[in-house]
Amino acid sequence: MTDQEIVAKINSALAEEFEYDLAAMTPETTLFEDMGLDSLDVVDLVIVLETAFSMKVREEEAIRKIRTLGDIHEFVIAKKRQLEGDR
Amino acid sequence: MLLRRVVITGVGTVSPFGRGIDNLMDGLLAGRSGVVELPALAEITGMRTRVAALVTGVDPMEIPRKFRRSMSSMSVFATLAAQDAVAMAGLAPEQLSGGQLGVSIGSTTGSPQTMEEFFREFNADHSLERMKSTLFFHIMNHSCASNVAQVLGVTGRVLAPAAACSTSTHAIGYGAEMIGLGKQEFMLCGGADEFHPLTSGTFDIINAASAGFNDTPHQTPRPFDARRDGIVCGEGSGILLLESLDSALARGAEILAEVTGFATNSDPGSIANPDTACIAQCMRLALADAGIEPGEVDYVNAHATATEQGDIAECAAIAEVFGAQTPVSSLKGHLGHTMAASGALELAACVEMLRRGVLVPTLNLDQVDSACAGVLHQREVARRRVDTVIKNNFALGGVNSSIILRRYV
Repeated sequence: MTDQEIVAKINSALAEEFEYDLAAMTPETTLFEDMGLDSLDVVDLVIVLETAFSMKVREEEAIRKIRTLGDIHEFVIAKKRQLEGDR
Repeated sequence: MLLRRVVITGVGTVSPFGRGIDNLMDGLLAGRSGVVELPALAEITGMRTRVAALVTGVDPMEIPRKFRRSMSSMSVFATLAAQDAVAMAGLAPEQLSGGQLGVSIGSTTGSPQTMEEFFREFNADHSLERMKSTLFFHIMNHSCASNVAQVLGVTGRVLAPAAACSTSTHAIGYGAEMIGLGKQEFMLCGGADEFHPLTSGTFDIINAASAGFNDTPHQTPRPFDARRDGIVCGEGSGILLLESLDSALARGAEILAEVTGFATNSDPGSIANPDTACIAQCMRLALADAGIEPGEVDYVNAHATATEQGDIAECAAIAEVFGAQTPVSSLKGHLGHTMAASGALELAACVEMLRRGVLVPTLNLDQVDSACAGVLHQREVARRRVDTVIKNNFALGGVNSSIILRRYV
């Protein structure tokens, strides 16, 4: 899966879960201000990512620092690369 | 007896006839049935009933995601009905959030659909890792009440009575008493339920669900009829905006009806089977609360769900209290048994009967069971002045309830 495909999959999954306009999603889009998410949504965001990419990330320290879509893209890409390297 | 007079200034309904009181009344007065065949029920081993009365004509997407995420369908129904009741009453935003409005809305249980989804996932591998954050808000017993309060910005009291079929009658009665005591100026009161096979199954297990009209769903349930064979479960929500008379007069609101009496009692004789004496006592307590005699009641809106024992016990109680001169009908033939919504949905229809001067007959009552004789069954739509109505609900668990409405003068 290319980085571009990962980004597209993340955006698509989050747009569906949070009923957000896919066309308006950029790396600079902020989760709290732009997308209007709150602490409950963040719990569900983690589940969406875990389900979409078949991985466990809930306890990752890095996930607490995520503020933008770009942060998510970078986090998931890095995590996938790490998992692929572990194999 | 209420210390302050309490009136109804708004009504909202979500029923098998769609959203809104006019759709509800159109269906009732046209003698339509909201009951449909539900083939999925046939796939459940041991389930004999295959009919249900499901809500039509609502769009959950009207509710913003921020609020909708914590709602199962019962809360969606309650929210849409509550919004309609508030709009009809013409409450201003500051009246919603100023602390003078409370909520009293119940359901039989928290969302059975969400509970099923939770346990299906949970039992697969005993894992919580896929559980969404808002799951609890669907299954808590006060889900409907809290969701309505959140959407409307209510800062007053939130109450969520639960007594199965008596739920919304309780919710309205307790709401009226809160206003009567001066604790709140306005109360959004009622109930909601969503259909789930568990509900039908509960009655099917105890041989109280209709199974003889699966291929002709419009012919069941049949309250008081000789061929009745049980309950048809339904879903929906009825919400009434109750208000002190002083408040309604001060703001020039249209007064739809007055709540003059409420009573509830417990029948410890059986957790399942109704008792004539206990039902009669409940109605007498409501009459006493309203300070009226049985002869002053123009119409009895019966609970009558079309069970063998329930209809007989209620008829005998009505005959004992009111004799054979007061018209009686049940709306279950049209709407099925909408459970926690039934009291409020049917009371909303009673409000309209008062306003319009019309009585809705019992649907599917072709031949009165001889055991249900002794009362005046309303068999046709009747145009006549209606000043005072008593509305009954009786619940599994031995919980009876009656409310008295009067035309406001």
